[in-house]
Amino acid sequence: MSSKPKTVYEEITEKGYSRRDFLKFCGMMAAYLGLESSAVGQIAKALETKERLPVLWMHFQECTCCSESFLRSSHPIVADVILDKISLNYTETLMAPAGFQAEKSLHDTLDKYKGKYLLVVEGSVPTENPAYCTIAGKSALDIIRETAEGATAVIAWGNCASAGCVQAADPNPTGAKPVHEILHGIPIISVQGCPPIAAVMAGVIVYLLTFDRIPQLDSLGRPEAFYSRRVHDTCYRRPNYDAGLFVESFDDENARKGFCLYKMGCRGPVTYNSCGVIRWNNGVSYPIQSGHPCLGCAEANFWDNGPFYQHLPKFHGFGIEATADKVGLGVGIVAGAGLIAHAITTNIAKRREITLGKTEDEK
Amino acid sequence: MANRIVVDPITRIEGHLRVEAEIKDGKIVDAYSSGTMVRGIEIILKGRDPRDAWAFTERVCGVCTTVHALASVRTVENALDITVPPNAEMIRNMMFCAQYMQDHVVHFYHLHALDWVDLVSALKADPAETARIAQSISDWPKSSSGYFSDLKNRLLKFVESGQLGIFANGYWGHKAYKLTPEVNLIGVAHYLEALEWQKEIVKVHTIFGGKNPHPNYLVGGVPCAINIDENNALNSERLAYVGKLLNDAKTFIEQVYIPDLMTVASYYKNWTAIGGGLKNYMSYGDLPVNGFADVANFKIPRGIILGRNLSEVLPVDGTDPEQIQEYISHSYYEYNGGDGLGKHPWEGETNLNYTGPVPPYEYLNVEGKYSWLKTPRWKGNAMEVGPLARMLVGYASGRDEFKDIVGWALKTLDVPVDALFSTLGRTASRGLETKLISGWALEFYNTLLSNIKNGDSRTFNPDKWEPETWPEQAKGVGLSEAPRGSLAHWIVIKNKMINNYQLVVPSTWNGSPRDANGQRSAYEAALLGTPVDDPEKPLEILRTIHSFDPCIACAVHLYDEKGTYVHQINTF
Repeated sequence: MSSKPKTVYEEITEKGYSRRDFLKFCGMMAAYLGLESSAVGQIAKALETKERLPVLWMHFQECTCCSESFLRSSHPIVADVILDKISLNYTETLMAPAGFQAEKSLHDTLDKYKGKYLLVVEGSVPTENPAYCTIAGKSALDIIRETAEGATAVIAWGNCASAGCVQAADPNPTGAKPVHEILHGIPIISVQGCPPIAAVMAGVIVYLLTFDRIPQLDSLGRPEAFYSRRVHDTCYRRPNYDAGLFVESFDDENARKGFCLYKMGCRGPVTYNSCGVIRWNNGVSYPIQSGHPCLGCAEANFWDNGPFYQHLPKFHGFGIEATADKVGLGVGIVAGAGLIAHAITTNIAKRREITLGKTEDEK
Repeated sequence: MANRIVVDPITRIEGHLRVEAEIKDGKIVDAYSSGTMVRGIEIILKGRDPRDAWAFTERVCGVCTTVHALASVRTVENALDITVPPNAEMIRNMMFCAQYMQDHVVHFYHLHALDWVDLVSALKADPAETARIAQSISDWPKSSSGYFSDLKNRLLKFVESGQLGIFANGYWGHKAYKLTPEVNLIGVAHYLEALEWQKEIVKVHTIFGGKNPHPNYLVGGVPCAINIDENNALNSERLAYVGKLLNDAKTFIEQVYIPDLMTVASYYKNWTAIGGGLKNYMSYGDLPVNGFADVANFKIPRGIILGRNLSEVLPVDGTDPEQIQEYISHSYYEYNGGDGLGKHPWEGETNLNYTGPVPPYEYLNVEGKYSWLKTPRWKGNAMEVGPLARMLVGYASGRDEFKDIVGWALKTLDVPVDALFSTLGRTASRGLETKLISGWALEFYNTLLSNIKNGDSRTFNPDKWEPETWPEQAKGVGLSEAPRGSLAHWIVIKNKMINNYQLVVPSTWNGSPRDANGQRSAYEAALLGTPVDDPEKPLEILRTIHSFDPCIACAVHLYDEKGTYVHQINTF
């Protein structure tokens, strides 16, 4: 029996192909990728020796909902991910050892896989006082810098690591900051949501492993595959919005017919996520389908865009209160104008985000 | 001379926990438990809409997701005098039960099992013998020799890869492991099966609350509307889905969790004499069936047991300023009027005051303040909360269901009732209550169906939704039982906004530092006398600490309007 996980070469030879077939395959791959023939040897070597990707999963200021969400993955199921696809060398939530031995697992990976491991971060990092989050007596700030040093890339799981989430809500008592405000000069993939959808988390990992590259990211570092559509645009209740059919109160006649939750405060129009497409927990439902307005949990600062049950136009920066109420009366054509207004506001909010990020960089 | 060891991080828990223990002659003679992370959720809640509080507090913890949301809506409903419709109560109860079942199973298999199950020993198992044992303890169908043989090969391949991932540097081969290779292999099989099963039961949350983790709640009821003649509401398809999930969960718990628990326990009966700790137990009670005001009919009874006296159950009142108080003698906070005072949460006040060593540090200053957790007390007494406390309060209250299941477990293991006061008693109680809950969940489901059949589809009470209907000032408390123990929120509402919001959570009761009188809380007390064979591989410490199922993000919070740190945050 092999003492290593099966490499591509082993897989191929076990299926009855010869080494000669294997090298031909590598040659074809090189041709497809437009490489010189001298690259054939390199590709062959990579495929022969590729180990499972070592992953360090660090926990800082968080509630572990991202880890829990990851456990809900159904395709692939999480047992297959951690046994067959990656080598999850450190995660406080699941790892067998504690204390000294847990630290050993961490440092073994830092030493042995320098420049080869993936760092995933759950939680924000407090900056007001290093003692606001310590592990083994060391501050979160020191730990994230130390572990990022030899990482190939960073995944920022969830709203905490991507935008600070609830602890960064006004007045942010601990100075909680997201990963991209701490680490620079390393690719950061923001997998947004509180928590992110399990299928999206697994999808990002599978993308990295299958295609061996960082997914296409938007301007906020989110994979476009999962964050390029607003919940509003993919919502199955959208036709009700367009027709001006709204829930006016929870459990009213309209709620029982599944009308649009826009007037109950739904943030679907300003939230980019896959809820309407992939849905939650293997496609069972998503917040709007279950009768509650979207809270906007995949957007930065969504905690301060409240109160949650006030509908969007009452917010500063929208100024289309009158428009929305007309929509409520069934003036369908105005709905389009309302949407454009939402889109513009979203873009303004995004631009503000980018500017803020830049300012941080300059610091 | 005692030898101080540090276990940090304590893994396979939620959150950041550190234990420093002093060991003499192979046993723990003193222990200090410290929460090492803060976020400040309560101060963030100030000035916000009380109807939004559930979403903020739900994010206190993603492992016991929903329990803070439930405590929060109850707190606001208590303050504003809102009664929820019976259907909302049943749906909340089903979500509560789904959470317990998922959480307790994940705790047993993924957080606690590796304290008892030696993964590497399973490689030596004989698949045929494993199948024989598995079939002798349960009717669970995945128990053939071929099944265990395939699993063993997969495990072998994984170990031989040299990339052990989360299983690297485990305490494999430690002499405190007692299971046979075959029982270890069953444990590994069910570790993987439970991992797959747990993602199913949470779909109850997804159907009623839209997602898991962090499903949606609503002050005044639940957000999902019922309409059996509509595609876009809770209809017969959605309800049948819930029914299947609850039935499947009951099967898994009865055929996998409980047989495994009892089998593992039978090898570790020496742990009925270790880790008892405190002698006081508290349960706020939960699972209302006739409105939240009718405490006497809660499925899980409310009460206090002092000094392990099972012949008396004392009442507990969250509104009495003399009963529940929080102390900060050894916590990184300061009180106006002196750090020796205890304060009821409605009058609670917390000024952040970190006086510990500057990171990186080697040891805490345990003579001074050493944790971000405050220290709650009931009439000055340290209380243990959680499954063992609930089981004891139910048992001592004379509830038949509790007496029957505790009696069955004691008889099966052939141990006396005192065996409950231990590390193993805590772990067993968690399984026993899961079994009770899996049955109750179906009762709630059937009640919901018969309500709908009788024409009641209401899920929300709109009377006090609009802030115009609220009084100028209101105070509320929401008592509940989270999987890890007694959980309560306290709110003060002024001018339609949150004026003060405080949480006293299970892991604060259990994991807090000692109080002004030097009384230890549950973790520290339970560790006394725990053997430690190899200080570099503190398997025994993990057994006792994990028997509480720590959840530290919940336990740590700061909430002050005046602390100096508040002035520093404006730069961000």
